[in-house]
Amino acid sequence: MKLTLRIWRQKGPADRGGMVAYDVPDASADMSFLELLDVLNERLTESGEEPVAFDHDCREGICGACSLVIDGVPHGPQKATTTCQLHLRHFRDGQTIDVEPWRAAAFPVVKDLVVDRSGLDRIIEAGGYVTAPTGSAPEAHATPIAKADADAAFEAATCIGCGACVAACPNGSAMLFTAAKATHLGLLPQGRVEQDTRVEAMIHAHDEADFGGCTNTGECTAVCPKGIPLGVIGRFNGDVLGALWRGR
Amino acid sequence: MDPHTEYTENTESAESAGRTGYARYTVGAEIADHAAPAGDLAGRWEQRRLAARLVNPANRRRLPVIVVGTGLAGASAAATLAELGHPVTSFCYQDSPRRAHSIAAQGGINAAKNYRGDGDSVARLFKDTIKGGDFRARESNVHRLAEVSTQIIDQCVAQGVPFARDYGGLLDTRSFGGAQVSRTFYARGQTGQQLLLGAYQAMSRQVAAGNVTVHARTEMLDLVVVDGRARGVVVRDLVTGEVTTHLAEAVVLATGGYGNAYFLSTNAMGCNASAVWRAHRRGALFANPCFTQIHPTCIPVSGEHQSKLTLMSESLRNDGRVWVPTTGGDTRAPGNIPAAERDYFLERMYPAFGNLVPRDIASRAAKRVCDEGRGVGPGGLGVYLDFADAIERLGAPAVEEKYGNLFAMYERITGEDPYTVPMRIYPAVHYTMGGLWVDYDLQSTIPGLFVIGEANFSDHGANRLGASALMQGLADGYFVLPTTLTHYLAAGPFAPVDADDPELVATQAGVQDRVKRLLTIDGDLSADHFHRELGLLMWEKCGMERDAAGLREALARIPELRAQFWSRLRVPGTGAGLNQSLEKAGRVADFLELAELMCLDALHREESCGGHFRAEHQSPGGEAARDDEAFAYVAAWEYTDGPPILHRERLTFDNVTLATRNYA
Repeated sequence: MKLTLRIWRQKGPADRGGMVAYDVPDASADMSFLELLDVLNERLTESGEEPVAFDHDCREGICGACSLVIDGVPHGPQKATTTCQLHLRHFRDGQTIDVEPWRAAAFPVVKDLVVDRSGLDRIIEAGGYVTAPTGSAPEAHATPIAKADADAAFEAATCIGCGACVAACPNGSAMLFTAAKATHLGLLPQGRVEQDTRVEAMIHAHDEADFGGCTNTGECTAVCPKGIPLGVIGRFNGDVLGALWRGR
Repeated sequence: MDPHTEYTENTESAESAGRTGYARYTVGAEIADHAAPAGDLAGRWEQRRLAARLVNPANRRRLPVIVVGTGLAGASAAATLAELGHPVTSFCYQDSPRRAHSIAAQGGINAAKNYRGDGDSVARLFKDTIKGGDFRARESNVHRLAEVSTQIIDQCVAQGVPFARDYGGLLDTRSFGGAQVSRTFYARGQTGQQLLLGAYQAMSRQVAAGNVTVHARTEMLDLVVVDGRARGVVVRDLVTGEVTTHLAEAVVLATGGYGNAYFLSTNAMGCNASAVWRAHRRGALFANPCFTQIHPTCIPVSGEHQSKLTLMSESLRNDGRVWVPTTGGDTRAPGNIPAAERDYFLERMYPAFGNLVPRDIASRAAKRVCDEGRGVGPGGLGVYLDFADAIERLGAPAVEEKYGNLFAMYERITGEDPYTVPMRIYPAVHYTMGGLWVDYDLQSTIPGLFVIGEANFSDHGANRLGASALMQGLADGYFVLPTTLTHYLAAGPFAPVDADDPELVATQAGVQDRVKRLLTIDGDLSADHFHRELGLLMWEKCGMERDAAGLREALARIPELRAQFWSRLRVPGTGAGLNQSLEKAGRVADFLELAELMCLDALHREESCGGHFRAEHQSPGGEAARDDEAFAYVAAWEYTDGPPILHRERLTFDNVTLATRNYA
């Protein structure tokens, strides 16, 4: 199949950047979207042009590195699918596709389609952990956990930290990311103990890192490749209010 | 180590191999693991822990450590060393430490908890692992691994890792290949992700506490060795292009395996061998480089554009049945082939373990039926993994509960629905058992250089059992290294390294020169072009089945390819910023050297064992034929400017009986 890609090219943070069109006449329906970029890049390289920079690594939808806005939608048109798992069979022959980087105040562009998402790491560093130094652990079966809680904690924990939620949010908020981690840990007895200090520290780090406030538009959950439910944000807000109320 | 020059391998292809060709080698002095205590196997780790020196908490701040890599081994080591009070500097090439490729491990982690009361124990996990590795791993290491396995589960639960639980709220387990007990703990199909996030979060806590400094998007390009000790690393900041040196009292490599030497593998695109290869070139011995694991259940190649292969978790073999049509050329849809005309070949060949035989055995069996012309799908390179019986027995919702995310992933990639059509799978390169040689303390032959996780060679022999990689990575990082590295550091701090130290300056200059060279060849071919060609060659000649003629061909071809690389490579752009072509080129350059050592090792090992299957050495039934008399040793290779030097470490088995593996 023949596709035309209009790709955001930007030499560096200081460059204004712009869309550049490329034809790929020999794409195949079985290719993944990133393999399409591979084909284009190899051609650019061998003709001496700089290939398109983009983040990618595992290519199986779990590392969270890939981060393309495809035709205006983070991770493209397929529901619950990362860019690396998006295959060309979902596009039409002859289609023109726009490819842009994540866009958010907290994610400055590094080059082309690569952005800096280190703000997400700052949020985890603030409180996205259980204080359990190595060697201090009790026997694993000492505390049974209701299956429903364990399952719900797991669902929230499947977040891959890609930042699509931020890219989709009109406010550039990372609340879905932040709340998913706080929900995961807060639902488990091991994590519940320090939930008050955790949620306060995480929301503070979230705002410090230039992420915007949440206004419950729900764009985040619509594009989330792992289907993290919007409900985690409600639970998180409840936890923050509770923590403030208790005045810890 | 004083090598004597005895040429044991022929020199037939040395001419075409060129100056640095590896078609021959010399044999050096034997080596031994002096760090492991003697005596009763079950007491060795306790003995080592008691004998290890400690460092006063106040002094730990003066003993900084560098950890390269942030996967399970690297992140758990960084977190634990920092908790102890050592300043840790951590490096990863990804944009966040949370993305290291441990994250992609699906199925689970083994531990000898015996929660099922099905006869499991530390002794049984030890035996299964030694046997699964086809008797090419050290008894002491493997026993320690089995011992600490139970602590890993405790630690991870305490961190909030959301393992699967039953209705009573207790931990659930499942079975993996090479075991008859159910000892694999899991978090649906994302066990690696959950364990890695646990370690990443523990490390993040130490980042906030100021004890760990993370340099993401930073790649190690060389090891700094001063006065015979590993004292630092030279790294390149992938965003600014700046090359800098970081010094410390010790260096830990946790940089993963080298499966990407094959181009197509289940590894992430960025996984590379540069850190271990550079350390090898600085004097660390490389052990058993030919021991690579070909995983039986991967999604088959779909075309020339293929950039990587995707694993379907081994856990699927708990409920999926592997089969091909009884006769070749059967083009009927799988649903139209009656039971009598299906060959459930694993169940037929290995009735005791059935679909859950170890990976190397399942892979070769699949290759064999495909070689017989009975493979399915495009090109006949595939076998069915069929869930129809499981769906009938358990119902589709129960199957979805267990494997839902894997089924969804399969459908996204292939466009086929595995609930109604059997999956098609084929073996693919997955893991490398070989790696830098380490002693019981996980220290390489360079003092102060410790190697953990997949990057070392230590625990899996010639074949790793499923769900054991996560176990080893975390055992090394959380429990083993903190003890053994502390012992080493107790002799420090070592003499400060001057900024103008000649060894340091030479290392830095070497890195700068190499970057410059890669940028200025100005040829006409991309690094990917060479990588793909190398990968195909390795898959054909040094893959699931190897023979002397093929390996000699590869040994002749690789130096040619390398010469072509250094004369025809094109890397657009400059070194002064983000340049992904430059990163790739450096990694491929190192694969082009390592691949040769892999082939040489495979050629020298005139036996079949585990993942190393030499066509010349098989039983009449087509099983791997080991030669314990001649090859019950670890092959540890020393780098030289000429032919490499082989050092043998003899393996002794006092607690298990050397036997032919039998899973029938």
